[in-house]
Amino acid sequence: MDALDGNAIGGLLHEVFGTEMTAAIGTCANCGRVAPVAETLVYLQAPGTVMRCRRCFAVLMVVVRHADMKCIDLLGMAALEPATP
Amino acid sequence: MAGTAVRERLTWRVATVGAMIDETATVRTIELDIPDWMSHRAGQHLDIRLTAEDGYVAERSYSIASTPDEPVAITVERLVDGEVSPYLTEDLRAGDEIEVRGPIGGYFVWPWQDPASPLLLVAGGSGVVPFRSILRHRSDIGNTTPTRLLYSARSLPDVIYRAELDATSDGVQVSYTLTRQQPPGWTGHSGRVNDALLHEVAWPLEQRPLAYICGPTAFVESVAAALVGLGYPGDRVKTERFGGA
Repeated sequence: MDALDGNAIGGLLHEVFGTEMTAAIGTCANCGRVAPVAETLVYLQAPGTVMRCRRCFAVLMVVVRHADMKCIDLLGMAALEPATP
Repeated sequence: MAGTAVRERLTWRVATVGAMIDETATVRTIELDIPDWMSHRAGQHLDIRLTAEDGYVAERSYSIASTPDEPVAITVERLVDGEVSPYLTEDLRAGDEIEVRGPIGGYFVWPWQDPASPLLLVAGGSGVVPFRSILRHRSDIGNTTPTRLLYSARSLPDVIYRAELDATSDGVQVSYTLTRQQPPGWTGHSGRVNDALLHEVAWPLEQRPLAYICGPTAFVESVAAALVGLGYPGDRVKTERFGGA
């Protein structure tokens, strides 16, 4: 399964964060890469949705749906700032 | 809260299917009448949610093919093993209702307020869909940004929007490359998008071009790497991948 990118989960991220997030700037807690969410690697076929750093492959974010609840793990992100409009 | 931007909640709405147009043997454009649709920007997406009788839910994201001023339309390619695309391209009928939410995305959008940068659009297969929105919008608003579309398709019958793309003018140059089959007398490009082809088609660096690449993951990776190899700064190359092809 090819990795997609952050564009593919724009709807899910908007739902979770309450705002547009594909242009948000994330910082990888492992390697420090600073890049738009749209440019991360995204795997939809994992258990849950997994976002990884395009440079070091560290896990940045995991979103798991359970019934109507969404659990989000952001420990792999050192920072995540929505883009200024 | 005073001083903070109003955040638009993304909600599922029930859309009514309107006109449908077969673009190729496997690709269909579907117009959607969506109540209270907030106007989108060229390049944005919407999500579609289908719920089976047993409660199984499938969600997919599709690029919007229409301009902000037209009825919302998506263009869907039927994938052989797809869960959603066969339904959308074969079973859906005008008047049917489907769940939709959007518009979605703020990265793969065209900042038309920045006319100084020529635009390079590189599409693989149905990756051309968001570019149709961008090209139509550009034309509608009388924008004159010099624009080139390089479109890679398997064969000429696989080219989506061909009549429309062939009719573009006023500063838009469209070139095709056919990867698997070329008709007799084909004078366009053949084979995959590679360094040599990009060198020929891409705007020179000194013009500070802005590049958008949309297509299957492997296509996008290879074109993005080639553009960066030509010297395009990473932040001037916007990418959108839709998986295997």
